[in-house]
Amino acid sequence: MKIGKQSWQFNQGVYVQAAGTVTGPREKQGPLGEFYDYSFDELHCNEKNWESAERALLQKSIDICLGKTNIRQDAIDLFISGDLLNQNVSSNYVARDIPSPFLCVFGACSTSMETVAIGSSLIDSGNCKNVIASTSSHYSTAERQFRYPTEYGGQKPDTATATVTGAGTLLLNNEPSDIQVEGATIGKVIDYGVTDPLDLGSAMAPAAADTIVQHMKDFGRKPEDYDLILTGDLSSVGSPIVKKMTEQSGYDMEGIHRDCGLMVYHTNQQVFAGGSGCACSAVVSYGYILQQLKENNLKKVLIVATGALLSPTLVQQKETIPCIAHGVVLQRTDV
Amino acid sequence: MFMDFFWAFVVGGAICVIGQILLDVFKLTPAHVMSSFVVAGAVLDGFNVYDKLIEFAGAGATVPITSFGHSLLHGAMTQAEEHGFIGVAVGIFQLTSAGIASAILFGFIVALIFKPKG
Amino acid sequence: MITKENYKNDIKNYQPKPKLLKNCIKAFVVGGLICLIGQGLTVFYTEVFGFSEKAAGNPVVTTLILLSALLTGFGVYDKIGQFAGAGSAVPVTGFANSITSAALEHKSEGLVLGVASNMFKLAGSVIVFGTVSAYIVGMIRYLIEQFL
Repeated sequence: MKIGKQSWQFNQGVYVQAAGTVTGPREKQGPLGEFYDYSFDELHCNEKNWESAERALLQKSIDICLGKTNIRQDAIDLFISGDLLNQNVSSNYVARDIPSPFLCVFGACSTSMETVAIGSSLIDSGNCKNVIASTSSHYSTAERQFRYPTEYGGQKPDTATATVTGAGTLLLNNEPSDIQVEGATIGKVIDYGVTDPLDLGSAMAPAAADTIVQHMKDFGRKPEDYDLILTGDLSSVGSPIVKKMTEQSGYDMEGIHRDCGLMVYHTNQQVFAGGSGCACSAVVSYGYILQQLKENNLKKVLIVATGALLSPTLVQQKETIPCIAHGVVLQRTDV
Repeated sequence: MFMDFFWAFVVGGAICVIGQILLDVFKLTPAHVMSSFVVAGAVLDGFNVYDKLIEFAGAGATVPITSFGHSLLHGAMTQAEEHGFIGVAVGIFQLTSAGIASAILFGFIVALIFKPKG
Repeated sequence: MITKENYKNDIKNYQPKPKLLKNCIKAFVVGGLICLIGQGLTVFYTEVFGFSEKAAGNPVVTTLILLSALLTGFGVYDKIGQFAGAGSAVPVTGFANSITSAALEHKSEGLVLGVASNMFKLAGSVIVFGTVSAYIVGMIRYLIEQFL
């Protein structure tokens, strides 16, 4: 049901049945390493090139997720997925082996919550029963598509972020479980004129602030109604900006806000301002946050995944960087 | 000899500092910095300045990429003296061919043997 | 107050200060060291193989390029580059790294369309601008020498 201007409330009950999270070695060494289902011990993931390594991550996360339930693969009504690569190749090529109807989406690093929002809406409306929502990213595929060859000796500034190598999959349906998807807020494309592709935290912060403020208005809530408001990959640069911007609009998130990009790595892992990429919000939310909800350490969480919709070609044409953020509310069913 | 080493270090380092300032202050990409440096090398050689720098700093002036521009022009001018206008085109890669050829060859061989580490 | 109209200025306080001095010192030291190795190689080739100082230029550059290509293959040069910035990019070793890294990265697309076609993706601009500028300066100098 539409609520407010940009939000949906899922009144029929949409539930998280299972999750699968897979990462590379560097994420395993991070503070949340123990919460991921599986971690490859080298970046190639036993594959011959970077692109197939990313597909291996995505495929593995789907296998693990489905393996945790007794829902058979042919009972999946819809597979929704997206990634960062041109033509969404990771998702599209993995979908070859999934015997379900498939929707491919692109929202850059906001893809995780975009897929969950779409999937939940389709379950809520009765169009689907079982939906899997996936996303993936890989450090090296992102480097080579958006930046430089991985072995190139260019120096990155402190505002840069490190793309998370990993994939996350969520299985959603209408059968009650511990955790429910309560609502979602779909973001608008926001562009505040940032042009530096190595400072995406600054570029994405206004989009995150816009979605968070809109979410509060649409649902008539305050930040204190949540145990945690989690942004995707604003990093140490964008996080204070988003806090300041929401505070300006009358929503103070002090003590409630955290950022996946700052949770996924230790600060001594040479990741500059923090982690980024589609998998950043996916592995933190589907791995760590779901576990905290299950264990009742958290009751109600707003996850706002943030995406910078840039293209290297358009950056070179001196265009500014448009950004977007989508929010999803996960809560314990018993609240 | 010690002074040769000293000046090679100082002049080479100083050229790199100029590059770092172009990167950090003027926010140029590495490709823009490198391109500017070869152009600068060619122009400085046009005024016969770069040779003096090499005499003074040795490898401090020949190792940075600026010397690539200098060598391109040098090769061109040597041939121009013999063959006139057409010599500029004939000689332009004469002195740099060892560098370019070995960069291509070693780059290719390394690409054959190694795998990107990420 | 952060506003859309003046966003870039409003967020200045939130951005990490560029460590210009630190970066310049690192660039100076590493760049200087690479040139120092170059000087050492020059002495080696002149003393041991009897090259003239000028003729030693070619084997010195070739040796540095070989070293850089190998370090790129072993996955070390990108780490040096992150530390040293322009210090490892400006010397001829940086030129070799840009060629080798592009070749290596595109190995997965095959030798012809991958390695060979992409080799000059980054280094191409250096050769193009070097050639064009040397050509123009060369022509001007030739004209001046002939007619003045």
